[in-house]
Amino acid sequence: MTRAHPRELGVLAALLLLIAGTAAANPRFLSAQSVRDLLLSAAILTVLAAGQTVVVLTRNIDLSVGSVLGLAAFGTADLLATHPGTPLPLAALAGITIGALCGALNGALISYGGVPALVITLGTLYVLRGAAHSWAAGRQINAADLPRPFLDLGTATVLGIPLLALLATAVVLAVALWLHSYRSGRELYAIGSEPAAAARAGVPAGRRIRTAFLLSGSLAGLAGVLYAARYGTVDATAGQGMELQVVAAVVVGGVAIFGGSGSVTGAALGALLLTCIGSSLAVLRVDPFWQQAVVGALILAAIGLDRLLTTRLAARAARTAPEVSRAG
Amino acid sequence: MPAEPPSGRGAAVLRRWDSALIATLLLVTLAAALAVDGFATGRNAQFLLLDAVAIGLVALPVTLIVVTGEIDLSVASTLGLCSAVMGQLWVSGWPLELVVLTAVALGALLGAVNGLFVTGFGLPALAVTIGTLAAYRGLAFVVLGDRAVADFPRAWTDAVGGTALAGAVPAAMLVTAVAAAGCAVLLHATPLGRSLFAIGNNAEAARFSGIAVARTKFWLFVSCGAVSGLAGVFWTLRYASARADNGQGLELAVVAAVLLGGVSIFGGRGTLAGVCAGVLLLVTLRNALQLADVPADTLDIVTGSLLILSVLAPRALTALRRTPTTRT
Repeated sequence: MTRAHPRELGVLAALLLLIAGTAAANPRFLSAQSVRDLLLSAAILTVLAAGQTVVVLTRNIDLSVGSVLGLAAFGTADLLATHPGTPLPLAALAGITIGALCGALNGALISYGGVPALVITLGTLYVLRGAAHSWAAGRQINAADLPRPFLDLGTATVLGIPLLALLATAVVLAVALWLHSYRSGRELYAIGSEPAAAARAGVPAGRRIRTAFLLSGSLAGLAGVLYAARYGTVDATAGQGMELQVVAAVVVGGVAIFGGSGSVTGAALGALLLTCIGSSLAVLRVDPFWQQAVVGALILAAIGLDRLLTTRLAARAARTAPEVSRAG
Repeated sequence: MPAEPPSGRGAAVLRRWDSALIATLLLVTLAAALAVDGFATGRNAQFLLLDAVAIGLVALPVTLIVVTGEIDLSVASTLGLCSAVMGQLWVSGWPLELVVLTAVALGALLGAVNGLFVTGFGLPALAVTIGTLAAYRGLAFVVLGDRAVADFPRAWTDAVGGTALAGAVPAAMLVTAVAAAGCAVLLHATPLGRSLFAIGNNAEAARFSGIAVARTKFWLFVSCGAVSGLAGVFWTLRYASARADNGQGLELAVVAAVLLGGVSIFGGRGTLAGVCAGVLLLVTLRNALQLADVPADTLDIVTGSLLILSVLAPRALTALRRTPTTRT
């Protein structure tokens, strides 16, 4: 995977075009405040997309991330509101642990049950959201209930760059390094592109898939902590419907929905593009109701484009090396 | 009288699943009648059956789609978009007959878009219908925003909530039951139904034996869209309210009911009687819990858990039956 990634360059080009176009129409789009807001929103989506990438690479999907985020965000906020003295790292760890437990549950059900991730995580999407509702019981935790230093994390900047964005970047780099340079990370690609061959090559598919879901859950937990720090106001509906944006970001970023190909940097670019579209719609005074329709259209466009490219490449490969392709 | 079963062993397991399901349904109904105040009243039975109409209607074409090994997650968004368009057209002064026809036709068109992406471009139905889930719901909000249209004529709303057979059952339920019977005949007693099982078992083999796989799937998606549109009309008139968020999350209940009914998520296996029992079980359980003052948000835990159980239980049963080699 050391070759240039045309797909990621394509997303990057689309991103730059969008930024240039919106800025030309309304220069306020590039004001420091607006860029900071954009990076903050993108940070949470990026962390979720990094976890989703790992799962999708193995030819699975995690639709429960929005609910995991909600549960972790409420859990963290509730802990800090009721025990204001809790050290912040411990609170963050609590949120991540909630996410990790949810991810471990998903992974165990899927790998031991031998059932499709789509169905299991659609189920846990609702179970975990219901759990958040019955935990919150209609309560809402406000910024005034949370310790000041925690809320400051959500707005803090380092050299002008929001801390959350730096954190998201660190997550992306770490996951990229794992996927790129570690045996266990490489094996995720093998599982996703040809499960039977991966099994014959001795790849422990079940364990790797459980790890992927554990990671996705933990990162959704981390995203929940970031959500609570950024918005301050948390109720049981935090992150509702976010799974669609995450899937869109990953697919738009060039991760194949059938596994085996794609990169976490692509997914991060996809998350950035999606967030940019959201804010440029707002800046251009387009009805905000269009945003979800655009998300859906982007998913369709991205999988359609991928399909087109794959058939093109396959046709070219068949032309240049007919014997090899026929032998396969 | 079921048609020749595809394989003796599988059919036996399915029959057992169906009977277990019907026994559970009777047990749940009995327990609710004894333990929950107000459950065993004629009024509540009417409500319960009316609640089952939308899920039951949409579950019919979804069953056929899942039997062919595909899935449609966009049904609830199609319902919502048709409802929103219905409200908008009614406000702009169209006659209601024409509005209803347009809504159903729109549903068919939305289904055709799904079908075109899946069969025409060869894209995975899961990814396509997650995309259209977002896109159609987004368009519903574009059409109607957060407004609600409520001034539908009393004659129509009363007719939709009215009863038939001397007040014994809601008229809409009677229509649904007739549709279910029709679907059962289609699936279990016609060559078309057998070809759906053939496609689900092995699409390639089905194609070679002369079944028009792509065309069949395309029309299944079209009819699924049309039925979802019809369910949107029912929903709008029943609650006398056209809103963009009508039916949000209903796809979970539909998929849960279908899988609970014993239809294999991998395609090729299932009965319509099982699906009907699945729909009734789901609706009865929710109704009884609601009467027992369980909050609506928490009820999603029940639906989600049922979905997870419905895919895990058959696997667990098969595993249990395989360990002791009692039969050869």
